[in-house]
Order: sequence, then C-alpha cells, then structure tokens
Amino acid sequence: MSDPTALGRESRAAARSRSGAFDIPENPPQRALALHRALTAVWANDPGWRGQITAVNHTTLGLRFMATALVFFAIGGILAMLIRTQLATPEGAFLDTELYNQIFTMHGSIMMFLFAIPMLEGLGIYMLPKMLGTRDMAFPRLTALGYWCYLFGGLIMLGALFAGVAPRDGWFMYTPLSGATYSPGINADVWLLGVTFVEISAIAAAVEITVTILRQRAPGMKLTEMPLFAWYMLGTSVMMLAGFPPLILASVLLEIERAFGWPFFEVARGGDPLLWQHLFWLFGHPEVYIIFLPAAGVLSTIIPVMCRTRILGYGAIVASIVALVFLSFGLWVHHMFTVGIPHMALAFFSAASLLVAVPTAVQVFAWIGTMWQGRPELHLPMYHVLGFFLTFVMGGLTGVMLALVPFNWQAHDTAFVTAHLHYVLIGGFVFPIMAAATYWMPQITGRARIRGVGEAAFWIILIGFHGTFFVMHLTGLLGMPRRIDIYPDNPEWIWLNLTSSIFSFVMTIGFALFALDLFLQATLGKRSARNPWQAPTLDWALALPAPAYNFASLPGPRLLTGEPARPALLPLARGEGVLPGAPRGRREFLVTSIGAARPDHVAVLPGNTALPLWLAGAIALFVLLMLSGHYIWTLPALTLVAALIWRWGRGLTTEQDHPAVEAAPGLSLPVHYHAHASLGHTGTICLLFSNGALFASLLFGLGFLTLVTPGPDAPEAFVPGQSAIPAMATVVAGLALGAIGVRLARHAVQGERGTGALWFSAVVNALALLAVAILGLGLMDDPTTHARDALRGVLAGYVALHALICTGFAAFALDQLRRGELANGRTGTLKTWRFWQDFSLATALLAGAAAIMQGGV
Amino acid sequence: MRGWKVKRLIMSAVPLALAGCDTELSALSPAGPAAAQIAWLWWGMLAASSALFLLVLVLVAMSFGAPRDVPARRWTHTLGVGFSLAVLSVFLAAGLWVGERLVPRGAAAVEVRAHAFQWGWRFTQPGPRGMVETHDVLHIPAGEPVDVIVTAEDVIHAFWVPRLAGKIDAVPGRQNRLRLQADEPGRYAGMCAEFCGVGHAIMPFEVIAHPSEDWPQAVTATARDADSDGGEQ
Ligand code: HEM
Ligand SMILES: [Cu+2]
Ligand SMILES: [Cu+2]
Repeated sequence: MSDPTALGRESRAAARSRSGAFDIPENPPQRALALHRALTAVWANDPGWRGQITAVNHTTLGLRFMATALVFFAIGGILAMLIRTQLATPEGAFLDTELYNQIFTMHGSIMMFLFAIPMLEGLGIYMLPKMLGTRDMAFPRLTALGYWCYLFGGLIMLGALFAGVAPRDGWFMYTPLSGATYSPGINADVWLLGVTFVEISAIAAAVEITVTILRQRAPGMKLTEMPLFAWYMLGTSVMMLAGFPPLILASVLLEIERAFGWPFFEVARGGDPLLWQHLFWLFGHPEVYIIFLPAAGVLSTIIPVMCRTRILGYGAIVASIVALVFLSFGLWVHHMFTVGIPHMALAFFSAASLLVAVPTAVQVFAWIGTMWQGRPELHLPMYHVLGFFLTFVMGGLTGVMLALVPFNWQAHDTAFVTAHLHYVLIGGFVFPIMAAATYWMPQITGRARIRGVGEAAFWIILIGFHGTFFVMHLTGLLGMPRRIDIYPDNPEWIWLNLTSSIFSFVMTIGFALFALDLFLQATLGKRSARNPWQAPTLDWALALPAPAYNFASLPGPRLLTGEPARPALLPLARGEGVLPGAPRGRREFLVTSIGAARPDHVAVLPGNTALPLWLAGAIALFVLLMLSGHYIWTLPALTLVAALIWRWGRGLTTEQDHPAVEAAPGLSLPVHYHAHASLGHTGTICLLFSNGALFASLLFGLGFLTLVTPGPDAPEAFVPGQSAIPAMATVVAGLALGAIGVRLARHAVQGERGTGALWFSAVVNALALLAVAILGLGLMDDPTTHARDALRGVLAGYVALHALICTGFAAFALDQLRRGELANGRTGTLKTWRFWQDFSLATALLAGAAAIMQGGV
Repeated sequence: MRGWKVKRLIMSAVPLALAGCDTELSALSPAGPAAAQIAWLWWGMLAASSALFLLVLVLVAMSFGAPRDVPARRWTHTLGVGFSLAVLSVFLAAGLWVGERLVPRGAAAVEVRAHAFQWGWRFTQPGPRGMVETHDVLHIPAGEPVDVIVTAEDVIHAFWVPRLAGKIDAVPGRQNRLRLQADEPGRYAGMCAEFCGVGHAIMPFEVIAHPSEDWPQAVTATARDADSDGGEQ
C-alpha cells in the first residue's frame, strides 16, 4: 500500500474549505514516550486498592460496569435454570410457590435492570470517548457515582434474594398485588427502592452520554457525520432521560402508599391500579428500545467492517433512530390490551405498534444491503450477527402478531409472550452484545483470541436458545399461562416443557463456554495487531490496550479520515493533534460546538476522588433505613446526602482566573470557568429535561385520576380559593423574585458587588419554601383520605423540594462570594442556579394551576 | 400459604371430564366464533410471517459473495419503508377486521357475571328460579352469544377460556365485558391468566354450555359450592 493518506488528506482539506468547514493546523511532533509518561501521570488511577475506590476514569468504569453486568447476567441465568428445572415436570416439587414467584420476579428484574441497562451504559461509557476522539466522559465523578449506585442497588436486591425476602410480584409489579395489603413484608419495598436506586445511575449515565456526544466530538466531526454508534447512543440516552422518570415516579408513589398509606392505586380511596400500569409501561415500552438501540448501534458498526465496506443508508438509519425515539413513547398501551380499554384506543395503539416496525425494518434492510454491497467475511463477530438476524427477525414478527389486538387477547400473559420477549431480548441484545465482545476484546485486552472455543460457544448457544424458546410459542398457544409453577392437570404441556428445559441447559453450557473464551483471551491470548479488523473508527486509533488518557493529542479535522483508523495513530501519539500532552498538569479535553464541532473551550476535569463512593453510600444508607422502616432516621441520612452534594459542588469551584490555552498553533481557547456554554450548562439542561418528564408524569397521573378513574367520589374538596390562595401566591412570588434576584446577582458579579442580590434571592426562596410548608402541613386536606389529596400532597412536596434546592443554590452562591470565587466574569454556580430557579418557578405555576383546575372539576 | 392445597384436593375430586383432554386449553382448537376467528388470524399470520422470515434469510444468504453495486434507496426506501408498510397494512387490516367482529355490540340475550378473588371464581348466572351463584363453574347456553361481566375482589386476575374467546382482565374497581359463545354443548376449561399471587397456578374454572332447551333449568349450584359456603340463593 503506497501512502494514500497524504493524498487523501490534501483533497479532504480542499473539500472542507469548499464546504465552509474549518481547519486546525498540526502541532509540532514530540517524543511519543515522553507524552505518554506525562499524560499517564495525570490521568492514571491512584495506585493499589485505593485506585479502585477513587477511580473516575471512563475506561476503568466502563469495563467495571460491563463486568458487573456480566456477573448479574450469570446470576439471572442461574435463576432461569431454576425456573426451567421447576417447569420440567408438571408437579415441579422442587420449589414452593412463594420461592418460585421470587425467582421469576428476580430473574426478570435482574436481567432488565441489573444486566441489560448497565451493560449498555458500560458499553457507551467505555466506547464513546474513544470513538468520538476525546479523553473522558463529560462528568467523570458522575460516572463513578452511577457505578456505585448500580452496585449498591444491585447488592440490596441480591441480599434480599439470599435472605428469602426478594420481590415476588413479577417484574412489572402490578398493583394492588404489590400494595401493602396483598404484599405485606419488605419484598415489594426491596424492588421499589432497589430499582429506583439503580435508576439514579441510569439517569446519571444518560446525562453524561448525551453531553459527551453533543459537546466532545473531535473538532470537525459534524453531528451529521459522526459514527452511527454515537447516534444510537444519543437516541438511547434521550429515551432514558424521558422514559425513566415515569417509573421513578410510579415507584415513589407506590412506596409512599406502602409506607405512609397515601392512596394512589387503592380503589377504595379513589386510586386506580391502572395508573400504575400506565406509568410502568410509559417506561417499560421505551425500555425495550433503550435496550435494543445500543445493540443496533453495535451492528451498524460491526457489519460494515466485517463486510469491508461502508454502512449503506446512513441518513435513513439516523432518520429511523429519531423515528423510534418518538414512536416508542406512543405505544405503551399495547401491553394493556386486555385491561378493558375503549376499542377506538385499541385500534389506535395497535396501528402505532405496527408502525414502529417500519424504522426497525429500515435498519434491518440497510444492514442486509450493506452485506450485499460488501464482501462478508465470517469472523466470529459475524457469526453472532447472523445469530441476531435469525433470532431477532422471528421475535419482531411475533411482536407484529402480538400488536394485533384479537391475537393479543389469546396470547397475552402466556408462554407465547415469554417466547416472544426472549427472541427479542436475546436476539436483539444478547447476540449483538456477544458480537461486540468478540469484536472489541482485542481492543480491550490487547490480545487475540484462541481459535475454536468461540465458534463452539456460538453454535451451542444458538441451538440451545431456539430449542428452548421456539417450542414455547406452541406451549403458549396450547394455553399455558406465564408465571405458573405447576400444571398437574395439563399433560399436553409436559413434553414441550421438558424440551425447553433440556435445551435451556444446552444454552447455559454455551454461555459458560463463551465466558471461558473471554477469560482465555484475556489471560492466554497472543498480542493482538493494532487494528485487527481494519476498522475506520477512532476507537482503533489507540495503543492497545487503551491508555488512561486515550489520545496523546486529539484528532483534528486533518486526522478524521473515515479510512481505516490506523494512519491517524502515529501522528496522534506524537502529539500532532489538538491539545497535546498534559503540560499544565491537569486533566483537560476539548469541548466543541453541538452541530459542526468547532472548538469552543478547554474543560478541566476533577481528578480521582472517593466522593462518589461516599455519596452513593449515603444514598444506600437512606434506602436501608427506608427498608427497615426507620422513617425518622432517614432525615439525618438525607442531610448527609445534601452535605455530600455540597461537597461535590465545592469540587467544581476555582478562585483564580485561568489563562487561555493554546490548543494548536493559532488556536487559543478559554478554559471552561470562563466559557459561555460549559459542559455543566448542557448537562443541567439534560437533567432538567428529565426532571420535566418527571413532572409531566405527575401531571399525567393527576389528570388520569381526575378524568379516567371511575372510583368513588372524593369527599368534600379542599377548594384552593379562600385560605390557600395567599400561600400559593407567596410560593410563586418567592420563586419569581428569586429568578429576578439571580439575574441581578449575575450582573452585579461583573462588578463584584452581588451580595445584596444574593441575600435577597436567598430570603425570597426561603420564604417560598416556608409558604409551601404552611400550605402542605396546615391548609391542605389529609393526604391519606383520598387519591386526589394524596397527589396534591405529592405536588406540594415537589414544589417544596425545588424551593429547597433554590435556597440551597443561593446559600452556595453566597459561600462562593465569601470565598472570592465570583469575580472577573467567573459566575460560579449562578448559571446552573438560574436554570433551576426558572424551572422551579415554571413547575410551581403549573402545579398551582393544576390544583386549582382540579378543584373546579 | 398452604390453604390452596386443600382446595386442590377438592378440585381433583371433581375431575374435569373432558373429551380430547389434550387440547383442553388450546387456543388452536376453537369451539366458538370468537376463538375460531382468532385461530384463523393466527394461521394466516403464521403463513405470512414464515414467508417474510424466509425472505430475510434468503436475502442474508445471498449477500455472501462478491461485492455488488447496490442502490441504497432500494434497500432503505423500497424494502425498508414501502414493502414493510404494505405488509403491515395487510396485517393491520386483518387485525381490525377480526377485532371488529369480537366487539360486544348491542346487548347479548344472556349476561352473566364473573367475580375473581384470591384464589377462585364466583359466577352469577340465570337459573331456574332467578339468579344462581356458583363457584368455579359457569353455566351458559350453547349456540348463543353470552356477555360475561368480569370484576375482581382484591387484585387483578384475568378471565380466560381459550377455546371460546380471548382473555379479559378482572380489575378491582372496573367492570369489563367479554362476549363469547360456545357453538356446541360441553365443558370448556378456563383459568386465571394474570399473575395474582401464590394461588395463581390453581385458579382454574369450567364453563358448562348447556343445550339451549335445557337452559336455564339445568343450572344448579355445584357440589363444590356446598364446601365453600356458596350455594343457591
Ligand atoms: C439465559 C437464558 C434465559 C432463560 C433460560 C430464560 C428463561 C425464562 C423463563 C422460563 C421465564 C418465564 C417464567 C414464567 O413463565 O413465569 C423467563 C422470564 C423472563 N425473562 Fe428470561 N431467560 C433467559 C434470559 C433472559 C434475558 C437475557 C432476559 C433480558 C435481557 C430475560 C428477561 C426475562 C423477563 C423480563 C422475564 C419475565 C419475568 C416476569 O414474568 O416477571 N431473560 N425467562
Ligand atoms: Cu412494548
Ligand atoms: Cu391469577
């Protein structure tokens, strides 16, 4: 191969200037080894066991997420084996029903919340910075917090399993079965609190992933040209931001109902069990796509490489991702076709459910077209891609069947659905993840695999899987419901079940072999070539295994080749790219603009710290106190959480001015303290978007209970007209004045005289808080009497929490002022605070309006 | 926790005497119009899906070989959007057509009530002298449409007689209506199809369709009711 890159580079640069794109000149080359040493000193984890606790690096944490998820997959798999052993014979004398219920509930919950979601988060966290050409995720401490929350939440659920008090109401926890009356004991609380805990990590990851994709792409990597995997992860994380809040809200409501007797789902006091189902599936359906999209991103990355070509239909694929994100929020009702829904609604949701198959079909055909366009080579990842086609297409087709209401009425809640969901989840997630593992293992470990074991594992898994689940379609059509432990009166199911059970053990052997293959590769494999697949993406333009800092210098427009990534490797390692080395002795990377990825500023990151661990530990303490019913003691725990969050904020401050950084010849960039739109800015918007989804779910609940629920009439309504109006007006006025105050403070800070404005904001926010407290504790009706009052109580609590947060921001800003951190245009926390203040004001207004309107109904 | 064991003993004392017992709960051996329509829908979908599945497999298999110059739009637009929309429209039309015929329109001549609780069923139906309440056995006339009003006492259950019709949930606080019809007199097995706690697997019931000339004279409280304090009212 003569050197095509130099030539390519020239013509690309020409093309760039024609399309109005920008250019960044190269830095002078340095000695690669010296750069490596300097960067490692700054970016590496602390040595020894401390390093495991204080690590915030995305490579470490991404791998840790994935490894932990793998352990949970194994545990979930063992539970599946117990289920299949029980079902192998009709009398199934092996587990008693109570235990069996715990086991299938834990199997489903572990697989969904502790395996699939963390696995895809880990993949994104590990891979995205490498693919996008940056050095870490946007908020490294948040990555670590997410991991610890996941680990502790998972451990709490596992602990419950071993103590025999695991959740037992099925992975969707339908009320009233999961309510206090029919599920006494802590089993259900374990699910509600444990899963919510784990969800904190999902939200954290979603915020980070969104910000990283939007703001940290290598300069010149336009949004419309970034690797498809990033598009898929962007879609996934936006769905997580919007999709998890309904479940968090539902869990919080049910936990409040169970712990304090506020009725939300209890019919006798005006609640509605269907509200739970709506909120659950508002999360649950998008969840399916949240799991599928990253896997599809893996396929879109691997298939072209395995076929020596480029992906076909990039634009069409991006369009289908966007379509999926929107459509998947409009079909949750297809999980509720049998609950008694008006039949026009049935027809609508049936059509919508079919429509969502179109973007999926576009992707499947684009992948097949890519294979036609290239020359497929049967490497091991390609086996798993073929396993995906074979399995997922069948699952998709049974999904289309289930979207037809009449058929759904027969097949719903039978073994047919169990078969369908495993075809989709194992076909659409596990096979692609196995493809990803075999594809990226050389990148992760720097070693090549041992031939033969992986192929054997693939065939055994494939045969085991289809042997287990194919017959289950028939078992379901012959009438076997899901979630039963015995079937003594139905000899016609015996052979089918026995077949499933036997093949499920075959599948388990296959998975064990797969794990063995990974282990052998990591320990015994020979050194791998630098880019064994000749892949074009930047994740292969690294030394193997990846160094802590990823890139010694960041790829600029001249090095974004789109050809096999290899030619970029040397210049990057020699520091010819942007922002080379670590000359200022701190962790730095480049932040770019959202669309065209123009260099915007340089972000300085916090280093290794154990703070995320302590914060997660404090939250775990709160969860454990809730579980053990020591509700009063949760207050000190919450105070501890707040104190640690304060500490966290302190880590982001600076009391000096920072000179601009010369990132490349002639390219001088401000440091983020002085930047207009920092990463924190984008992250706050993401977080508030998610918070808005939470609030919208709350309003949805209020509307649903008011308009749809047939329940008993509410007792004499509290009319927010007379006594309450002054209090409500005070809340809104306090928050509004706070919003003015924070703006005044920002202006004043330029002149270093913000004290007055800050004190003013602090006082009015505290006043708003006081007014909500008076409203909630003194004026509103007892929340335990009726669902309407309970939901209003929650609304008041939501507003109170936000008033408290705004007061906290004011206090924090005052502290910053005292320390001299607000000066010379460094606005510290003021900008984030302003977002929160405006958000709190808007939600308080809406909450008040909703309460008044509902009073009028 | 073991209360249901006793109930199981009682249940087995009243054997579910059924001809062709290996299809007792099979949605694929329909015995009434609703179940029959759905079964046809299933066979149609199975045929279509098998064809689609084969098509995809063939396309994948054909991709192995020398690179070809392929127009991207043919794959993403023609196949991805056009073809799949066409196929899905056919599916949707079939689904709506069948669904339309399952909707309970107008009043059925006979209305019975099914009330689910942890863990059993209480049915209320017309008898020789007014309404009769029975446990775990529902009497209906054969050859006529019957509306079942399904309710629940405690948690969510589901009423399902696979050979007669699809299922419908029994939700506390709500009344759901399911229309079914047994073409021939006979006994049809049913069961709870929504997870409802430790007794979920042992919540079967039976629908007895009487020849219309015997109905409602033949409706009597069952032996089981004597044990479980139900009985004629
Ligand atoms: C390792 C092979 C697996 C086997 C043998 C297996 C087996 C089973 C079986 C037999 C059930 C049905 C229990 C019932 O009828 O009550 C079940 C339920 C379920 N499985 Fe799996 N499974 C496997 C992997 C997975 C994976 C990878 C996922 C998700 C990523 C998953 C998610 C679920 C869910 C959500 C349920 C429903 C649980 C519920 O009803 O509450 N399974 N599994
Ligand atoms: Cu769904
Ligand atoms: Cu049940």
